Amino acid sequence: MIQKFDAIEKEALKAMEKEQNNDIPQIYVGCATCGNATGAQSVVQTIKTKLDKENLTAEIKEVGCIGMCFAEVLVDVIKPGRPRISYQDVTPEKVEEIIDSYLVNDDPRPDLALGFFGEGGPEDIERIDTGDVFKNQQRVILKNCGVIDPENINEYIARGGYKGLAEALEMKQEEIIGVLKDSGLRGRGGAGFPAGRKWESCLKPQADQKYVICNADEGDPGAFMDRSVLEGDPHSVIEGMIIAGYTIGSSKGYFYVRAEYPLAISRLRKAIAQAREKNLLGENILGTGFNFELEIFQGAGAFVCGESTALVMSIEGNRGWPKPLPRPRTTEEGLWGKPTLLNNVKTFSVVPQILSKGADWFRSIGTEGSPGTAVFALTGTINRSGLIEVPMGIELKKIIYEVGGGILNDRKFKAVQTGGPSGGCLPEDKLHLSVDFDTLVEAGSMMGSGGMVVIDETTCMVDVARYFLDFTFEESCGQCVPCRQGTQQMLEVLNDICEGRGREGDIEHLIEMGDSIIKGSICGLGQTAPNPVLSTIQYFQEEYEAHIKDHACPALVCKNLIVFHIDEEKCTACGRCRKACPVEAISGEKKVPHTIDQSKCTKCGICFQECPERFSAVERLTGKENLAAAARGRLTDV
Amino acid sequence: MYKVTINGLETAVEKGSTVFEAAEKAGIYIPTLCHHPDLSTFGGCRVCMVDADGKIVTACRAPVKDGMVVKTDTDEVRRVRLSNVELILASHHKDCQSCSRNNSCRLQEVSAFVGINQDRMRQIRRSVEPVKPDESNPFFHRDFTRCILCGICIRTCEEINGVAAIDFAFRGFHTKVAVLGDKPIKESKCESCGECVVRCPTGALYLAEPVVAEREVESTCAYCGVGCGIKLGVRGDRVVKVEGNRDNEVNRGDLCVKGRFGFDFINHPDRLKKPLLKKDGIFVESSWDEALDFIVDKMSDIKARHGADALGGISSARCTSEENYLFQKIFRAMGTNNVDHCARL
Repeated sequence: MIQKFDAIEKEALKAMEKEQNNDIPQIYVGCATCGNATGAQSVVQTIKTKLDKENLTAEIKEVGCIGMCFAEVLVDVIKPGRPRISYQDVTPEKVEEIIDSYLVNDDPRPDLALGFFGEGGPEDIERIDTGDVFKNQQRVILKNCGVIDPENINEYIARGGYKGLAEALEMKQEEIIGVLKDSGLRGRGGAGFPAGRKWESCLKPQADQKYVICNADEGDPGAFMDRSVLEGDPHSVIEGMIIAGYTIGSSKGYFYVRAEYPLAISRLRKAIAQAREKNLLGENILGTGFNFELEIFQGAGAFVCGESTALVMSIEGNRGWPKPLPRPRTTEEGLWGKPTLLNNVKTFSVVPQILSKGADWFRSIGTEGSPGTAVFALTGTINRSGLIEVPMGIELKKIIYEVGGGILNDRKFKAVQTGGPSGGCLPEDKLHLSVDFDTLVEAGSMMGSGGMVVIDETTCMVDVARYFLDFTFEESCGQCVPCRQGTQQMLEVLNDICEGRGREGDIEHLIEMGDSIIKGSICGLGQTAPNPVLSTIQYFQEEYEAHIKDHACPALVCKNLIVFHIDEEKCTACGRCRKACPVEAISGEKKVPHTIDQSKCTKCGICFQECPERFSAVERLTGKENLAAAARGRLTDV
Repeated sequence: MYKVTINGLETAVEKGSTVFEAAEKAGIYIPTLCHHPDLSTFGGCRVCMVDADGKIVTACRAPVKDGMVVKTDTDEVRRVRLSNVELILASHHKDCQSCSRNNSCRLQEVSAFVGINQDRMRQIRRSVEPVKPDESNPFFHRDFTRCILCGICIRTCEEINGVAAIDFAFRGFHTKVAVLGDKPIKESKCESCGECVVRCPTGALYLAEPVVAEREVESTCAYCGVGCGIKLGVRGDRVVKVEGNRDNEVNRGDLCVKGRFGFDFINHPDRLKKPLLKKDGIFVESSWDEALDFIVDKMSDIKARHGADALGGISSARCTSEENYLFQKIFRAMGTNNVDHCARL
């Protein structure tokens, strides 16, 4: 090991020891964007004020996202010699209570606690690291997220950080590539290209300058994996990039981060400065003569700039348009025409661990074809939404029902959408499928960069397809006809279907157009844009047919295809719906069952929400007959 | 040379050629909307897709490989091509008859080739946004409802004229060709050379006064000494249009704003056809003999009284090189080197 690094590591360990030897409690507050959005910053302020007021000392740490978004704001308290207790849904009021009870009076307040980590916790609090949320998870990329203070480089180093770099700097470039190849690491951006091969093809070309780019232009709706890594463990990504720079012979790296990620950017800035201060970045790194600089480039928010060639165009100051094939590979002719290595945040972030722990260790996780772990942003109608990391090869079922805790409100599962706007929807009979790069593609979806949206029975699949198509329609760059015109055409057809103007032949029209868009488009955006439509047609064709033929939305979602009706027998004339109706469409008196004037009704759905569950008198009806009856006036004959 | 088989026909092309060029050489038509032989390749219309060794590629970009087998008319190729053209038509102006490009439109040509079918078009949702044309430029106008975003005008402006007054603006379906700030083109650095209008494959860029000529007369532009080859479009006894002559070695079809659009002087009532002499403070038409005698008298007089260097001559850029040569010869013969030319000013 490089001597200079030994000193840095010792210094970090010493600093941390000093911190931990202090016999004071530690308070962790989840302060990633998710936490802050729920109010973490005001919780932090309250803690500070409260500690001052009570004259207590405690170390407050603003950590990244531990992944349990469903429980934000999360505050964890570690009293000396005790396990870490996690408190959920914390508000400024609650945190005062927690401090009073646990810090002052030693009552851990099981009623406010989510659980504890490790052993020896209070009996009436559940252990979470072995519970449903974490037992199926294997945190490799996220191992530091929510655990360390991302703005303190010593914490990262004390947990084995920059060791991978120190080791890499003593290896030959080919050796590093050998380890990566042996590990079987595949790019985490979605396509799953073997990282070792990519690095190798960037090492080969001779050039006076080469570049390393980290693609942090995460843009899938509902996806926040990369943001969480940057916010929670920025040094892991920086370390991976420095190793990449050394391996391919580059002295300059770029972070391409979307400007919508201000916290990630500010943490990266601090992390870069700290790494430079410790001579882990900059000139003559650790005395080895290797120079490497990092610069942050903020993307202006175009989804297509996540595509490698468009991203490069964007840094160069051009319009963010992908380059049509055939073109030289980015590894040969990328940024400013120089060989460029471009990888996703998670790919760079896992490299240091592979180098320090070895290829075999990485291979021991996941499957033969897709070693390692997969990070997912688990959202939708699920009990425990959040950021999860699971070994590749895990069944979709396990993610949804064990890690995610099943469907919200005990409703019925309908589909799971993976891969964002490029992916597809898989129905219940595909839940046995295992999560890896290849299996999901075979089933008509894809892993993508890690978005996973769970959909229940109250969601209309045509509407879901329309949502994703609307996204790609808005984000299409406009360069090629199939994507620019095709997404618009498909969206128009889907709008028609959802609004009762679907025509016979539309399903075939969508399938044929989808095929042409896939085959004709320039880049991955267009080539995958029809997937949400094609996969929902594949698995939920009957829903499309119901919309087109019967003007019926089976999930009772599409506004134009439903009418609201009050069941006279169930209505107790309580008057709630009548008072709540914003357009005075509901008439009725005390003891007289209420009715809806269909000519006035705007289908806002407020009456449906207002009607108490024990009556459930307001119902939604769909189908040609009901729509026709509604058009005639009152729905009395239904 | 590489051997390429296209639709069973073998042809030999130079290494580095594209599939499109190879097909052209073999005499096989491949439809395209965004490709133009004068310009760099774009690859955005996706209409020139062919099957090359089993892969669907754009013929305009794909380089040939030795022994490559190209099929331009497989089921798959036909389907993708047709779909692309249908999609373009879905947001294209419906009325062809009133379009100045009618019968010389590339989109019509390609549509005919791929075979547009009314039954299929009925399934397609047509949406042409009613955008007003930009009529700010006195020579040509821009109709956005006929623009297919092939980018030919943009590349022309940058690569042929070196002005780059226009570029793609906005994104996706909202993409349009615009000048800086999406202002009317008159308020841009456009030089109105009209090269883009000539190359526009549809009627998106059209002449402000489109008149179809009944005959064509080859000539040389008289505006400057370059001597660009032009074709005058004549209708009745009037010149109604000027086009660059692509066969002319001097300009290979290119023209500037004057040569292309400045022809109204030909039939203009103010045009001078006879010399004017000022008599009693008023210009009066005279004969050439009278005018030349007058000039000779005056110049001889000046030379006699003040010497030859009191004389000087400025000639016009609209004269030919030969005329300019003779002009300076006259002055030198008179004993002075005071000769200049307006193009120098």
